Amino acid sequence: MSENTNAIDAVTAVRPSPGEKYFPKFEVTPELVEKAKELVALYPEGKEQSAILPIIHHIQEEFGYVCPDAMPWIAEMCKSTPVHVAGIVTFYPGIHRTCPGKYHIRICRTIACAMAGSEELLPYICSKIGVDPASMTDEEPMAVSPDGLWSIEAVECLANCGFGPNVMINDTLYSQVTRRKVDELIAEYKKK
Amino acid sequence: MSDITYKPGKEPHPRETRRIFRNIDREGYDPSIKCYIKDGGYKTLKKVLAMEPAAVIDEVKKSGLRGRGGAGFPTGVKWTFIPKGNTKPVYLVCNCDESEPGTFKDRFIVHQDPHQLIEGMIIACYAVQAHYAVIYMREEFPEGARIMQTALDEAKAKGYLGENIMKSGFDLKIVLHRGAGAYICGEETGLINSIEGARPYPRIKPPFFPAAIGLYGCPTIVNNVESLCQVRQVMMMGGEAYAAEGAQRSPGTRIIGVSGDVKRPGYYEIISGSITYGELLYDLCGGPRVGRKFKAIIPGGASAKVMRCDEVLKGRNPDGSVRNMTIFDVPLDLDSIAQHGSMSGSGGVIVMDDTRSMPKMLNNLNRFFAWESCGQCSPCREGNPWMLKLSTRICNGQGSPEDVDLLKDVADNICGRTVCAFGEACSWPTQAFTTKFRDEFLALTKPINALKPHSPEAAEARKFLTRED
Repeated sequence: MSENTNAIDAVTAVRPSPGEKYFPKFEVTPELVEKAKELVALYPEGKEQSAILPIIHHIQEEFGYVCPDAMPWIAEMCKSTPVHVAGIVTFYPGIHRTCPGKYHIRICRTIACAMAGSEELLPYICSKIGVDPASMTDEEPMAVSPDGLWSIEAVECLANCGFGPNVMINDTLYSQVTRRKVDELIAEYKKK
Repeated sequence: MSDITYKPGKEPHPRETRRIFRNIDREGYDPSIKCYIKDGGYKTLKKVLAMEPAAVIDEVKKSGLRGRGGAGFPTGVKWTFIPKGNTKPVYLVCNCDESEPGTFKDRFIVHQDPHQLIEGMIIACYAVQAHYAVIYMREEFPEGARIMQTALDEAKAKGYLGENIMKSGFDLKIVLHRGAGAYICGEETGLINSIEGARPYPRIKPPFFPAAIGLYGCPTIVNNVESLCQVRQVMMMGGEAYAAEGAQRSPGTRIIGVSGDVKRPGYYEIISGSITYGELLYDLCGGPRVGRKFKAIIPGGASAKVMRCDEVLKGRNPDGSVRNMTIFDVPLDLDSIAQHGSMSGSGGVIVMDDTRSMPKMLNNLNRFFAWESCGQCSPCREGNPWMLKLSTRICNGQGSPEDVDLLKDVADNICGRTVCAFGEACSWPTQAFTTKFRDEFLALTKPINALKPHSPEAAEARKFLTRED
């Protein structure tokens, strides 16, 4: 679909990421179409557009991130336009436009976790996984380690404020994380 | 119930009344439907399905139940806002986008007791005659989403969802919709736009509220997770019995999440108004950490105005006379703290002790709000990064005393000038912090800084304005 030269390309220029080797490349398979249709069917008739987010979530689970090629396809499935899908993709912080590492670390930086020490924990985790904390900016909040195994992102409130600092690795939440626990977790995930 | 045992180390405090959180951290309890039914689950639903929908609404109205999402709007009254003679389908949306910093209650319901929410939702849907409901869950609960989906499938298999629920002729479909990490989706109209597959920009609320024009242009009721669980509680206890307990204007139990500098942070379910902030922090939470003193409390999630612990408040005695008190004497219900200029909101209490630098705390909150502003209204989109810039500058010791006034001025010009309540939410912390802890802000500033350029770019540009001869 690369002949589709519209504004999307400019908005969603992909930054190459070492994490890509851990995820399959986006490709429209019959299973994927089937899944998308299933998600669209959840919503009332004529409201296919509602399925954009669920389909994006599914793509993220399968392929790690939403690449520009996926957007026109999502639009097609949801009877929307590619630029509308791009608008959604660029809005939400939870949608990746760059491939994350195999293990994606999210660390909460909001007030309660910050008071519990997450701001000191962040550089420590970065040093453990070989990432420069300075490369995490507002424009590019996620940093991927050179080996592609890890990616890290400082996020806002994970809604577990009483038990900070909170860290999420892929889908699992770890609370009251200390430096020692970081060491243990990283060793544990490396073994997987 | 005394036959419930809790996991070691997770036992509720004796002053707690566990209702909604009854099964949280309970020994041998899992989120499966088997466990829930064994515990008396879905019995209330059976009772409700034999009633008239209007009678259910009346019961909830009688109970005086107020929403637990933050605004505290009476749930039963909200349900009656569906226009009379409506012919469009009615939708119910469960707001599970718990993203207010300091609030962490819905997480545990979703992860440990999902069927309680489903039962509450079915009851609410029956009351407003909605046949399609959506649970909007935040993206940060991937495990919660899986647990919830399993619970929904189980409930469907058992005939509590789907067509002709328990042979009552009532149909209901519940869909789980996951967000993608945006705070603004907790705002009900933003949430509706997000479900519709649009950018979650909030809609202008008066004249049309979601109960009149909501999801897909149809009447929509948006309720918080805890509110819906409370609905089940109301129907279980009966409206009058529910209203008889707790504070007069906000009856029932409340779940309070305490975070920050206390010995035992965590969640506590208490009868509304039965204890004060002081009792909560000193008895239930064990007081400040060793050798420290409480300094400030944010009583209702990050957007509530901060309260100084040494601030003298004017309390009113029952006989009408005025007495002096502190925040520690204020009862924990929905309204009491509002009389002293803050709000009890979603029940997230953030406690700060004397080791905390207030400008730093505010800077953290400003970063949160600058990051989460959706960008629809200019005052909020531009004002938040500006406030962040100012507070960062002050924290770095590069601010001038005027910056503190400017900071408050920016905040003053955001609130009330935006489509949604985010404008208020982001400016209240700044207004409160800069007025109540002004000294601390000023101590970090230097008058000479007013004359200095603040960035390398500005310094570069300024070079050309200086005559060198």
